[in-house]
Amino acid sequence: MKPLGPVLAVAGLAKSFGGVAAVREVSFAVARGEMLALIGPNGAGKSTCFNLLSGQIRPDRGAVFLDGEVVTGLSPRAIWRRGVGRTFQITATFASMTVRENVQMALISHHRRVWRFRRPARQYFAAEADVLLDPVGMRDQAGRATGELAYGDLKRLELAIALAHAPRLLLMDEPTAGMAPAERGGLMALARRLAAERAIAVLFTEHDMDVVFGVADRILVLDRGRLIAEGSGAEIRADARVRAVYLGSGATSGGH
Amino acid sequence: MNKTSLSRRALLAAGTAALAAPRLARADTSAPIRIGEINSYSAIPAFTLPYRNGWQLALEHVNAAGGVRGRTLEVISRDDAGKPQDAVRLAGELLESDKVDLLAGGFLSNVGLALSDFSAQKQVIYIAGEPLTDALVWQKGQKFCFRLRPSTYVQAAILVEEAAKLPAKRWVSVAPNYEYGQSAVKWFSELLKARRPDVEFVAAQWPALGHIDAGAVAEALASAKPDAIYNVTFGPDLTNFVRQGNTRGLFEGRSVVSLLTGEPEYLDPLGDETPPGWIVTGYPWASLDTPAHVAFRDAYQKKFNDYPRMGSVVGYSLIQAIAAGLSRAGGMTPDQLAGGFAGAAFETPFGQALFRPLDHQSTLGTFLGKTALRDGKGVMVDWRYVDGAAVMPPDAEVRKLRPGAG
Amino acid sequence: MAGTGQILIPLLTGLADAAGLFFVASGLTVIFGVTRVVNFAHGSLTMLGAYCGWSLISRLPPTPLGFALGALATMAILAVIGAGLEIGLLRRVYRAPELFQLLATFGVVLMAQDIVQWLWGVEDLALRRPPWLRAFVTLGGARFPRFDLVVIALFPLVFLLLWLLFTRTRWGRLVRAATEDREMVAALGVDQRLLFTSVFALGAALAGLGGVLMLPDASANLGMDLTTVTDAFVVVVVGGLGSLPGAALASLLIGLLQAFGIMLVPRATLALVFVVMAVVLVLRPNGLLGRPPGRDGGGGEARALVRPAPAVLRRFGLAVLVLAALAPLFLGPYALAVGTEMLIAMLFAASLHFMMGPGGMASFGHAAWFGIGAYASAFAVHLLAAPMPLGLLLAPLAAGATAALFGAFVVRLSGVYLAMLTLAFAQIVWAIAFQWVDLTGGDNGILGVWPARWAAGPRGFYWLALALAVAGTLGLRVILAAPFGHALRGARDSRRRAEAIGLPVTAIQLAAFALSGAQAGLAGGLYAYAKGSVFPTYISLGHSVDALLMVLLGGVATMSGPIVGALAYTGLYDVLLSATSLWRLVLGAAIIVLVLAAPEGIAGGALKLWQRVRPA
Repeated sequence: MKPLGPVLAVAGLAKSFGGVAAVREVSFAVARGEMLALIGPNGAGKSTCFNLLSGQIRPDRGAVFLDGEVVTGLSPRAIWRRGVGRTFQITATFASMTVRENVQMALISHHRRVWRFRRPARQYFAAEADVLLDPVGMRDQAGRATGELAYGDLKRLELAIALAHAPRLLLMDEPTAGMAPAERGGLMALARRLAAERAIAVLFTEHDMDVVFGVADRILVLDRGRLIAEGSGAEIRADARVRAVYLGSGATSGGH
Repeated sequence: MNKTSLSRRALLAAGTAALAAPRLARADTSAPIRIGEINSYSAIPAFTLPYRNGWQLALEHVNAAGGVRGRTLEVISRDDAGKPQDAVRLAGELLESDKVDLLAGGFLSNVGLALSDFSAQKQVIYIAGEPLTDALVWQKGQKFCFRLRPSTYVQAAILVEEAAKLPAKRWVSVAPNYEYGQSAVKWFSELLKARRPDVEFVAAQWPALGHIDAGAVAEALASAKPDAIYNVTFGPDLTNFVRQGNTRGLFEGRSVVSLLTGEPEYLDPLGDETPPGWIVTGYPWASLDTPAHVAFRDAYQKKFNDYPRMGSVVGYSLIQAIAAGLSRAGGMTPDQLAGGFAGAAFETPFGQALFRPLDHQSTLGTFLGKTALRDGKGVMVDWRYVDGAAVMPPDAEVRKLRPGAG
Repeated sequence: MAGTGQILIPLLTGLADAAGLFFVASGLTVIFGVTRVVNFAHGSLTMLGAYCGWSLISRLPPTPLGFALGALATMAILAVIGAGLEIGLLRRVYRAPELFQLLATFGVVLMAQDIVQWLWGVEDLALRRPPWLRAFVTLGGARFPRFDLVVIALFPLVFLLLWLLFTRTRWGRLVRAATEDREMVAALGVDQRLLFTSVFALGAALAGLGGVLMLPDASANLGMDLTTVTDAFVVVVVGGLGSLPGAALASLLIGLLQAFGIMLVPRATLALVFVVMAVVLVLRPNGLLGRPPGRDGGGGEARALVRPAPAVLRRFGLAVLVLAALAPLFLGPYALAVGTEMLIAMLFAASLHFMMGPGGMASFGHAAWFGIGAYASAFAVHLLAAPMPLGLLLAPLAAGATAALFGAFVVRLSGVYLAMLTLAFAQIVWAIAFQWVDLTGGDNGILGVWPARWAAGPRGFYWLALALAVAGTLGLRVILAAPFGHALRGARDSRRRAEAIGLPVTAIQLAAFALSGAQAGLAGGLYAYAKGSVFPTYISLGHSVDALLMVLLGGVATMSGPIVGALAYTGLYDVLLSATSLWRLVLGAAIIVLVLAAPEGIAGGALKLWQRVRPA
């Protein structure tokens, strides 16, 4: 049994760039199966926060714990190995491969089969890849070229890739950015279902407030690098400070 | 040229049995004798085009006089694009597809060495025209290779004749940084020091070939405060160096000894900036009035409406030398041919020369003189012909330098 | 007095050199910044500038005004030529895969060589210098050419004019915007085509200016295209691609370094420039003032799906292979020698394709590994008296090991910077082979590297080459289809994604680089034995370009591209070289026609045609 307690815990995280503080003393935690939204106006420090968690940049101060273990300052690869999956604001997939091959690649990496030089990659973990593609509804497109997928399909493929190593934490950066509003709910509902089924903690940033209030269990609000509010959708809606710095700014329409 | 390219294309495309055709040409005594000629036509056109004119003229002369032993000479010419590896491949083609009887040509030393190596491997005669490297007849000398032009050693040795008479004690050198430049400096300084133990070489500049930073080179040489300068650069590097040196006064009050600079290929571009009084080796085409040269010059000018260059002399003499070697050989086997060429005497626009049996180097010499300005053009004056044989190292020395004797 | 001269004069000499570099490099960097075209023909434009300038100025009064008029007229002519080049050729290939335009510009280089020779003849043309061009000033007891002072003065002037043009005019602002974000400019409703054409015209005019200003100190000659373009590349890369101030700074750095370096290390000036470039790129991967390129398209770029070869193609390939294996039974020795060269070219091209196509790391210096392999074999024969199998083993080992060592620096870079760092390394290796005569024999090379007796005949060696080249090429294909190859391709498609799924991207790329180098080294070793000799020409820029041409001609995106490209290019080259003295003109034209007709390369075009005929 995994230890109880939060999957991800962040304590006093801080980072500044050239004297400008991007993230100041941020602390929070995400529990197993929980959907936690991180919101804030542009430049609030969401992306920096994400990059600190996934290892792209090192924090100046503070610590990140995964299931109680310190992972601060580890490389993105090491953090991924410890069970953190990630999707990107602009989808990042392998365009010269099929949908299945994309997932196979993640599985090959997970099972440490990268340094294999003989047997075709196609023959590695094909069945497992289909199992991952199934729940995101991409199984029937497994043989298609990734380069010709619709954007919504790419997002779902990315989700399947991010789930390939059975992560305990999933980081989703603006998961619905660039999607048609009608599609957004579906993707997030899918993410929520999968997270619940597999007891994965999900931390996501999002511009679309309908999405945020629709799926998030809890919401964190960041402003100028500082955590200014935390709570359920209703609590956040009611928070005067949030209204002042964020919701009132007219940026609630979301998207780009 | 076109005929062979056709057969070649067919070969590449289909690879038909035609390739296995037996060598008929050599048995046939009325067919022309074929010379496979390779040179860097596209890479070094300034030398090779006059050179081509030269051999075409000689070919006309030889064939008009009845050819060699009743057979006409035919030249099949190829461009090696300045790459020794291509020269070797083309040599193979000439030998296999065109059934040439011997190989000739080359400008670059590496092409010459590659062709010589090939000729040793395939046991076919190779007559090198221009390649200057000493290795061609000495360190890498071999039985089937003969060379026409005076080598780097000979050119340097000829210059030393005059350089040794200069009062200068502090010398500097400038040479392109590759084998030719390095050995030209090495021989010159060795031979000069042997004659004049009091001289010293106080600085050396080694610009990359074609990349001279002439202002900086001139400055660096001047800062060594030399009495005399030894120059090995040529072509665009030389033009550049002379202009910077002129403007900066590098040559004023200093003796300059310069390799090959008297050849029209390198002297002409200097134009009215030709620094007077340089001691050079070269080719005084306008003032050389021996009967042999006048006949050559007139025929050349008539045919090509241009004056001959050094390359023209090389090309002309090359065919003459080949004709002489062929007529002297007892037959067409490689050994018979090698025997024919060793010791063969031939006429050149500079007078008679012969292939020394000792090292297969011809005794063709060069002219030693001074540069001067006439009507805004550089010319050679006070020149004299120095026979190649006169400045060769002693035979015993040559035998040591040529380990693969033959 | 002499003391000040000793510093001042080299300083001024260096500044004059720097100015000359800047005029040419500024045009190149402006063109690259906006159009992303690596313009190999920039040196040819400079050469054209020198020749046009010579023709004009020789006919004008020998006064400063005459010279200035001639220079301006030359710039105008070059601007027209540049615009024509852009409209007639480059505009049609902007959408082609990265670096494909390079192929087109190389076709121009080849054609320009023959055209200039045809128009102006083969002799170096030196401009007759009137007294004002020969004048000098005396500084600290030493003389310095007055014209070089003019050139030095023009340096800041041209820089300032360009700077004003780019910052103070609407055109300039649009160009700068296009440098940063092409789509944005398109969205502004600006006619991009006009913008690109005008930028090319400006760049060509600057190249022309550079050519004209060389005339008083040097001559117009047929070799200046390649010597200037490599120098200009170095300046542009050291300064940062697309950065005008960067080009100015790099010109200063390199000009001064050369002027002073000549005193300290007169033998190593050639290598010195490339060492500087390598050091700058290692310390600052985007040059002195360059900006990091958008390294990751996130997989948004259109990339063709790589599929295993269809059964028809496999059967066809097998048939060709069987035919190739039987060839010695019905081909003569010369045809077999040509075949051997083609096989080696195939392996060489496949090795470059491995890192360039799936690896996304284009190389301008791939001949370095080929050459190291060839020299390793030659040293094995001469220094170790090693038998041929050992020599052939040492070739890939030496090349692979060097590539692994050097690759550690290379894989940190991307795009053109990466390519230029490989060029720097190749030029350093070339300079060693060419100039260190005691070790390598210099340009005379190393002779007598003939194969073992059992493979000495043309048949034997052909079969050996066939076995090794086919095994090497197919081996690379197998690796590309294996997990490692997919990981490599993944890292190219989206580095971000690759890292996010835990792929050790740097290690993978380094391994690919070393593997590619090793295969090129094997090709080099084979070549050494096939020719019986090794020469610095194996490492020359021209040979690296040959490899690029083969890969690009065949098609980067298809796995069979390098094979087709190598066979087509060597075949075409061999035939043309024997058939016509204008082979450069014809080869250049052929390359340009292919570029326009098949922007995906021969294999890519054939694939497209195939799919149209028989939809999969």
